[in-house]
Amino acid sequence: MSSTTKPINQKAWWLVLPVFLCVAFSAVLPLMTVVNYSVQDIISPERRVFVGTEWFAAVMRDEDLHAALLRQLGYSLAVLAVEIPLGIVLALGMPAQGWKASAVLVLVALSLLIPWNVVGTIWQIYGRADIGLLGATLQRLGIDYSYTGNARDAWITVLVMDVWHWTPLVALLCYAGLRSIPDAYYQAARIDGASKFAVFRYIQLPKMRGVLMIAVLLRFMDSFMIYTEPFVLTGGGPGNATTFLSQYLTQKAVGQFDLGPAAAFSLIYFLIILLLCFILYNWMQRVGTADKTGVE
Amino acid sequence: MARIDLDLAHAYRPNPKDDSDYALLPLKMTFDDGGAYALLGPSGCGKTTLLNICSGLLVPSQGTVSFDGRDVTHDTPQARNIAQVFQFPVIYDTMTVAENLAFPLRNRGIAPGRIKQRVGRIAEMLELNGQLDQRAANLAADAKQKISLGRGLVREDVSAVLFDEPLTVIDPHLKWQLRRKLKQIHHELKLTLIYVTHDQVEALTFADQVVVMTRGRAVQVGPADALFERPAHTFVGHFIGSPGMNFLPAYASKGSVNVAGRAFALDRTLPEGELKLGVRPEYVSLAAANAPGALPVTVAQSQDVGTHVLVTGQFDGMTVKARLSPEISAPRRGDAAWLQVIGPHTCFYKDEELVA
Repeated sequence: MSSTTKPINQKAWWLVLPVFLCVAFSAVLPLMTVVNYSVQDIISPERRVFVGTEWFAAVMRDEDLHAALLRQLGYSLAVLAVEIPLGIVLALGMPAQGWKASAVLVLVALSLLIPWNVVGTIWQIYGRADIGLLGATLQRLGIDYSYTGNARDAWITVLVMDVWHWTPLVALLCYAGLRSIPDAYYQAARIDGASKFAVFRYIQLPKMRGVLMIAVLLRFMDSFMIYTEPFVLTGGGPGNATTFLSQYLTQKAVGQFDLGPAAAFSLIYFLIILLLCFILYNWMQRVGTADKTGVE
Repeated sequence: MARIDLDLAHAYRPNPKDDSDYALLPLKMTFDDGGAYALLGPSGCGKTTLLNICSGLLVPSQGTVSFDGRDVTHDTPQARNIAQVFQFPVIYDTMTVAENLAFPLRNRGIAPGRIKQRVGRIAEMLELNGQLDQRAANLAADAKQKISLGRGLVREDVSAVLFDEPLTVIDPHLKWQLRRKLKQIHHELKLTLIYVTHDQVEALTFADQVVVMTRGRAVQVGPADALFERPAHTFVGHFIGSPGMNFLPAYASKGSVNVAGRAFALDRTLPEGELKLGVRPEYVSLAAANAPGALPVTVAQSQDVGTHVLVTGQFDGMTVKARLSPEISAPRRGDAAWLQVIGPHTCFYKDEELVA
């Protein structure tokens, strides 16, 4: 055997430099300023005091934050619980080819083109008890509906608004997944005498696993960071009923200018999203590919 | 198990007018109960269409399909109780190998004990029994295709098992094994098997009866030796064999046939007029100069491929190929030689159909 010497050339590090700079300016430096705020009490531009982990401790003990976090988790789970099954059902019902398929695709994708604050405004007017189509109709029917007065109504309205806005995304992803299944699978299922449910359970659902994972992650992250729509629709009210995490954060940072606690909170918020996505991703990977007997 | 009678035509577009509008031209065919058939032809000749019509995935645009005399033209594959295996492996990803094999039985509500027994039997036949508890998704392509084959064979009461080029994705050495396995299974289970392929070796080794198809037409149905010895259509002569049959223009008149300006006496009676002479390269031999039934050629190519020497001779712008034994000294490139083209194995065609 001949010994080979590996040529050592440290110049290769220069190739990493552009990426390093991009990431530094786009992610690391902004994040570090937040870290900077989170460990100081800035009284005025000239006077600042290093406070260590004090803000973190304070934020962790904040009852309002706990409430907002719970509300947020409940909301995100509700969004997933409604949008994912609904999206799958919609995708299954969409025509596969021809002009109908194109027409339906455009119709379904329409709500995705509307900016967030416009969605909020649309629903604000739509749900108004005096002039809104939805609100007034419900009033006429004798249902005492008011998203500004009733916490439950406000919560449901925010949820329905998100379902209206984003279920099409789930549906489109599922539709793409469904279209990628070769015809032979359906033919084989017919030959094997599989019921419609068996086709869904053993062919369509497993083949949609990849796109569903993307849909769940996207919808989870997005709904966990929701801000604009409830801000426009309810302003977080009535009371704190629709004050989700990001809104609470904005109130702290912009409303009260408590930069220290807000920064500490931002970091915790970031870590929560990271952690939940990590858990979700790994769990879904496992569900899809694990060996049933547990042995390879 | 069933006898399948076809009397149909199929076009994918409405109101077919030309022959070219048809995927399948009007045909009448019978697949006998318990026979092993192959549908052989080039891509696009309609063999998969014919297969899908048999299985019920496709309803013919005209005519009928009947099983044992019962009209099943509009029945679903399930009602016909057909099994079909596709070109690319279809497996249910989330199931184990055993669950995959059991799926067609479970859908039909067979008792669990019976299912277990059948799955065990089929797994043993296909040598899958070591992998029964593994997830099917993690297996190699050939194991997946074995699962597909197994799902096709697991029901014992099927009318017929149809294969649509099932060995395309399999490695050559495994192909041999699986093909032998299928043949063996056919002997054991006595099922009606119909096998679609464009590979003549596969068709000829697997099937008792081969249906040769081209352009939506079944041009000949017969056992391997008939297709080789007496091709009923020039396409069969050309498609079967490697290389295919030699064809030379000929002109017949009373008791003799004229090939490229040379007249030969013939003991067979031929319809007078323009004909095509067909002779397999296997039956073309070297002849003495001016021997009756021989043509003088210039050798354009002479390839020794070990088992035989393939000589390509040219004569008056026509090409004649001959497979010669390696023992005799074959003519080399540029040599002049005489090749015997008329003999007992020579066939004559009029309008592409065999006449003598």
